Amino acid sequence: MIACYLQSVGLAAPGLKNWLAGRTLLVSDDPLHKDPETPYAPTLLPPNERRRATTAIRQAFRAAEDALRDHASDPSRLASVFASSDADLAVLNRICNALTQPERQISPTDFHNSVHNAAGGYFSIAIRSMSTTTSVAAFDASFAAGLLEAATLANIEGCDVLLVAYDVIGPPPLLAVRPMMTSGSCALLVAATPGPATLARLDLQTGAGSESVCSSAAAEELRTGCPALRGLPLLELLAKSQAGECRLKMDAGRILRVMVQPA
Amino acid sequence: MKPLTISAYTAVSAAGRGRAALLSALRDGRTCLERKAFDDAQLDCFIGEVAGVAAHTLPAPWRDWDCRNNRLVDMALRSDGFEVAIAAAIALYGPDRIGVFMGTSTSGVRQTELAFAARASDDSNLPDWYNYRTTQSTYSVADFTRSRLGLTGVTVAIAAACASSAKVFASAARAIAAGTCDAAVVGGADSLCLTTLYGFNSLQLVSADICRPADTDRKGLSLGEAAGFALLERSPSDGRPALLGYGESSDAFHMSQPRPDGAGAMRAMSLAIERAGPGNAVIDYVNLHGTATPANDLAEAGAVVELLGREMPCSSTKGWTGHTLGAAGILEAVIACLAVEHGVIPMSLNTLTVDPAIKANIVRETRSVQVRRVLSNSFGFGGANCSLLIGRSA
Repeated sequence: MIACYLQSVGLAAPGLKNWLAGRTLLVSDDPLHKDPETPYAPTLLPPNERRRATTAIRQAFRAAEDALRDHASDPSRLASVFASSDADLAVLNRICNALTQPERQISPTDFHNSVHNAAGGYFSIAIRSMSTTTSVAAFDASFAAGLLEAATLANIEGCDVLLVAYDVIGPPPLLAVRPMMTSGSCALLVAATPGPATLARLDLQTGAGSESVCSSAAAEELRTGCPALRGLPLLELLAKSQAGECRLKMDAGRILRVMVQPA
Repeated sequence: MKPLTISAYTAVSAAGRGRAALLSALRDGRTCLERKAFDDAQLDCFIGEVAGVAAHTLPAPWRDWDCRNNRLVDMALRSDGFEVAIAAAIALYGPDRIGVFMGTSTSGVRQTELAFAARASDDSNLPDWYNYRTTQSTYSVADFTRSRLGLTGVTVAIAAACASSAKVFASAARAIAAGTCDAAVVGGADSLCLTTLYGFNSLQLVSADICRPADTDRKGLSLGEAAGFALLERSPSDGRPALLGYGESSDAFHMSQPRPDGAGAMRAMSLAIERAGPGNAVIDYVNLHGTATPANDLAEAGAVVELLGREMPCSSTKGWTGHTLGAAGILEAVIACLAVEHGVIPMSLNTLTVDPAIKANIVRETRSVQVRRVLSNSFGFGGANCSLLIGRSA
């Protein structure tokens, strides 16, 4: 069993533009208005990096900056975990297309943005943190893998850790082989010890069982339509400020059990 | 941290399959890089290609996972009795108590390159034989390893570019300390592909000449491919090498250039030493990241000198295997284990004249000498740094 203390939440999904809006909408019976999202300009990035940031990186920053909005302490000491099933399929698509051309000219920016840890790299530059940033992938179980990694990191190293889960819908022909319904991201800031800003205590344990689903059909569509949003049942519990448990899918028929105890 | 015994380990690289092939190449000072084209690549450069990948087949239940990267994984699992060691560990701990932590940068992208090349036109679908999840997906390499070894423990892919399969040691050590698993299979694989050859070439980092780490005339890297594994356990080491410390940091500087002041590298190295405790502070050799790019080698050597002094013997082994990217961490951890077990400090192969700006003690002749502890560096795009301290616990 691993315990950590949730300090803040970030969210960016169609109809749930940030955690402030999301925590109301996730517990209401109102239908979600899944308006197309406007392009996001990260505020923390220096101009050079902002110019080079891809859609996937912007999606990650959208939730990360939402989680840090009310964060009082200095982010330059934050460690981070970025969880994404597929990172940037648009970059992969451009590179693989370029390689079919006779001159095989890859854009240098595309190449450095092609690494799975690009979002983590941009983020460490943005918050000027020399603490570790890790990028994890576990296909549809990436959110649970990221949460476990972040909670473990906070516990063992005794640092505050921002988990950012993000996935972006890919372009054709990759969309057909990696179908997603939507792009989305969410972020959880966790600490090893409780503090004045603590929202809830989370206890994590791996085990057997079936995964939790969302209570509304609209949220359930988001959960199943984007790997990064597999954590929405946890966000629902947090929105209700209720003690409870949710089960997140891991690989090999296992689940990550998350017990929530609001502060 | 409490040392974790490295009770089994292996690697496949251009040096061949298994530890003996790698050790003999290191002792003989024989490069495994060749000036040749990978597949139909048109670049004039040296590569470190693993022999026999094209002919290698995966066992029948895992045919869906077939791609160059997973073939390398399978070749490594069959080397040095690694899968036999895992079977024994399963009997001891149970399959659900052994975690799997796999590093990769490009996973099975070669399969995606082939699928794109096989399309009739730009708006056609990808061919039926292409399976995204089992080949291209970053998780594929971890998924395949877990399933192939019959494990059901916590499994994750760590993808932090060229630091990936060093960082797996850190994540695994934390998971064991937190009680998520009792033992861990750590490893990594990256395979040659056009994406990295043409990608590094677009950044003018691929040398036409063989890579010459720390040399005055170094012009960049030679790419290689590799896969490797280690089994980490809490059991007493009984003379076997152990993971004594790890350190991770971010440069927070640039996506593809290292910090010129080496501060990120220094932070990773000093955290690894600190974690190992004062009893394990004596280090006999530093295996450098040493890609042979002008910027990396200068910044890294500066950090080594500042932290460990001008006398500390250090070298890069990229002159043997090439830069194996996401597999470099595990490959060089295996080299660190070999250095400790067999008392060898490899030279900086292909280095003709050490750059006068590099003040570190670059080893020019392979030495047979007692090696208690090795610090192994792996740095990657996104400013990801990881150092591992491997050796005998005091």
